[in-house]
Amino acid sequence: MSEDDVTTTLTTLDALESEGIHIIREAVGTARKPVLLFSGGKDSVVVLHLATKAFWPGRVPFELLHVDTGHNFDEVIEFRDRTVERLGLRLQVAKVQDYIDDGRLRERPDGTRNPLQTVPLLDAIVNHGYDVVFGGARRDEEKARAKERVVSLRDEFGQWDPRNQRPELWNLYNPKHLPGQHVRVFPLSNWTELDVWRYIQREEIDLPGLYFAHERDVFTRDGMWLTPHPSVRVRDTDSPESRSVRYRTVGDASCTGAVESTASTLDEIIAEVAATRITERGATRADDRLSEAAMEDRKKEGYF
Amino acid sequence: MTAPETTDVAASIPDARRTSLLRFATAGSVDDGKSTLVGRLLHDTKSILADAYEAMERVSKERGGEEVDLALLTDGLRAEREQGITIDVAYRYFSTPQRTFILADCPGHVQYTRNTVTGASTADALVVLIDARYGVVEQTKRHLAVAALLRVPHVIVAVNKIDLLDYAQGPFRSITQHVQTHAESLGLTNVVTVPVSALKGDNVALRSDLTPWYDGPTVLEVLETVPSIDQGADDFAAAHRRGIVHPTAEQARATETGWRMPVQWVLRPQDAAISPEHREYRGYAGQVAEGTIRVGDDVVVQPSGRRTTVAGIDTADGPLDQAHTGLSVSIRLADDVDVARGDLLSSAADAVAPERAFHAHVAWLTDRPLRVRDRVLIQHGSARVQAMVTAIDGILDISLPGGTLDSSIATGHELLLNDIGVVRFQLAQPLAVEDYGRHRRTGAFCVIDPQDGNTIGAGTARASAPGIGADAHVTI
Repeated sequence: MSEDDVTTTLTTLDALESEGIHIIREAVGTARKPVLLFSGGKDSVVVLHLATKAFWPGRVPFELLHVDTGHNFDEVIEFRDRTVERLGLRLQVAKVQDYIDDGRLRERPDGTRNPLQTVPLLDAIVNHGYDVVFGGARRDEEKARAKERVVSLRDEFGQWDPRNQRPELWNLYNPKHLPGQHVRVFPLSNWTELDVWRYIQREEIDLPGLYFAHERDVFTRDGMWLTPHPSVRVRDTDSPESRSVRYRTVGDASCTGAVESTASTLDEIIAEVAATRITERGATRADDRLSEAAMEDRKKEGYF
Repeated sequence: MTAPETTDVAASIPDARRTSLLRFATAGSVDDGKSTLVGRLLHDTKSILADAYEAMERVSKERGGEEVDLALLTDGLRAEREQGITIDVAYRYFSTPQRTFILADCPGHVQYTRNTVTGASTADALVVLIDARYGVVEQTKRHLAVAALLRVPHVIVAVNKIDLLDYAQGPFRSITQHVQTHAESLGLTNVVTVPVSALKGDNVALRSDLTPWYDGPTVLEVLETVPSIDQGADDFAAAHRRGIVHPTAEQARATETGWRMPVQWVLRPQDAAISPEHREYRGYAGQVAEGTIRVGDDVVVQPSGRRTTVAGIDTADGPLDQAHTGLSVSIRLADDVDVARGDLLSSAADAVAPERAFHAHVAWLTDRPLRVRDRVLIQHGSARVQAMVTAIDGILDISLPGGTLDSSIATGHELLLNDIGVVRFQLAQPLAVEDYGRHRRTGAFCVIDPQDGNTIGAGTARASAPGIGADAHVTI
């Protein structure tokens, strides 16, 4: 928190940080085996940062889980492994590729693997016996998420039932669940994209370089800048060119687009985010564009 | 109407490192124009992003509308879009250079109590919508009753659709009078009425030229200036001097009373310490529920009643001399007393007394009725204990004459969905439950179904009454 506080009022960032820490401690306090979904993306990085604060001066008392589509950017995987090592944590990786190799999942015609993450995720939750699953989702990301709870019950199929959610009252969270069920917990529920960036700036949190503007060979498809990657089929009609771009989310390379940007510092990114006219997911995730209800459908299926 | 403009002036970017945070909720009946008001607030504070705005434009055109329907912004789920209604509390975020807002948008038809109670429980302010053509209706009284029960510090009544009454002053004045009389009998002393047209944008975020007879604040001005729950006495006084709000005696008193902190987790790292010097660290982690904790304060641990003093207040960023309401910290105690998750640390001055039985207003949130002798779980702070319903003293009926919360209790022996009743509980273990009127955090609790784990009730404890038991009757 800031040193120059003269009133008793918390600033927005201090209030959000304390709320996030409260949520994490509350969920861990009642959990048998918690886990954090960690992709190396900025939101999961911030949740991990809050967890280090929540349990200081002890280590974070839970494992990390990454559902690897096999289409990740190399530098994000390197960042992930470096972070895990630095904090002395244990990382479990559930690989979509394993499921494709042995036929449990099939590639989609469009090549995107984001929707394929659901089954490996749910299997990992069952196999490792996780009962509390932390994620970095925010309510401001997308319409369906605006109605998501901080602590969200999932059934045996990992499904979210938007019409049957538990009321969430005061700061009393209810992670109680039956055997076979689990809860997803979202400590950043009340953060906006701008809050996340301000916090990263204030706390000097390390991020993958993809978030900052850099020169990269890209080509345009469906109005997004995609980068040539083993997972992205470059068509004859695509003409890659070098542009200054950055990523606003760092998911599956096959469907995560870059945005043209020269924002190479946190100050510049904050100015860009504040002035931006396209919501984060609308700009950069092809799979959210499939239909207006795309996110809601995938949430019901058990995807984050 | 045009899409929101971009801004590239760095200085105008709301800075969460400096702004304060206000949580507020909106409530209204069907067709009061609540979704439009929310859309209007977001639109006029330039919080609607271009792609979201374009999607609204597209859908409005598909439906044959001429103007962009701002209500579309808040229709989140597919079921709602198909039915054209809102079914669940949705959270929205926007900011101005002064403040960051978290808006709990509570739908007003079915599940009204459930939704309004949920939204109001975390709210610093409640915006209640009234259709200026119809004035105060039953739903309005219900919303005001919920605001009074949950002690929402500030209520803003937006008298909407004044454009349909040609911006006349008369109806607004009589509605204001009606609202104030009703609010006063409920014990709500801080209710502001604002004449608005959400559709046209009058007095929501921008002052209207069409209501020259109104010199009060816009809805946004009230929201930007009322103190939040986390704010202390100094801020109340400052706001009071600016003539914006009138802090109740209760709020003023709450800032003078002691502090409370439920213990969430015992920090005792041992081998998991991040460095050897912290191996033997022992601290009690929690979020300050109320008041200000200072190093050296005398402490009582509840329910054990053990006493000690605060030896230190720690955070990952370093030690503090004091910690205010809302801050997540770790408290070190001077003596090696037994403290576990579920305990409540409180200042020795104005300490909490744990109880084996208490009574409370309970809002019932599930289809299965609550009856005497039902077994439930009570979640209070970080504690969760078994409880039994020993009596149901009555049900809130806002149509009863008198208009006060106490005069509106009708006879009733079970609570149905959306009922609010007076319920007595017997506890398996003592809990430091306090009067919600004085302690919003430590007076609040959830009722949980011990079988499926669902949250089925929201409770606000009342000052303890004599003669607890199934046959006891107290004046309420």
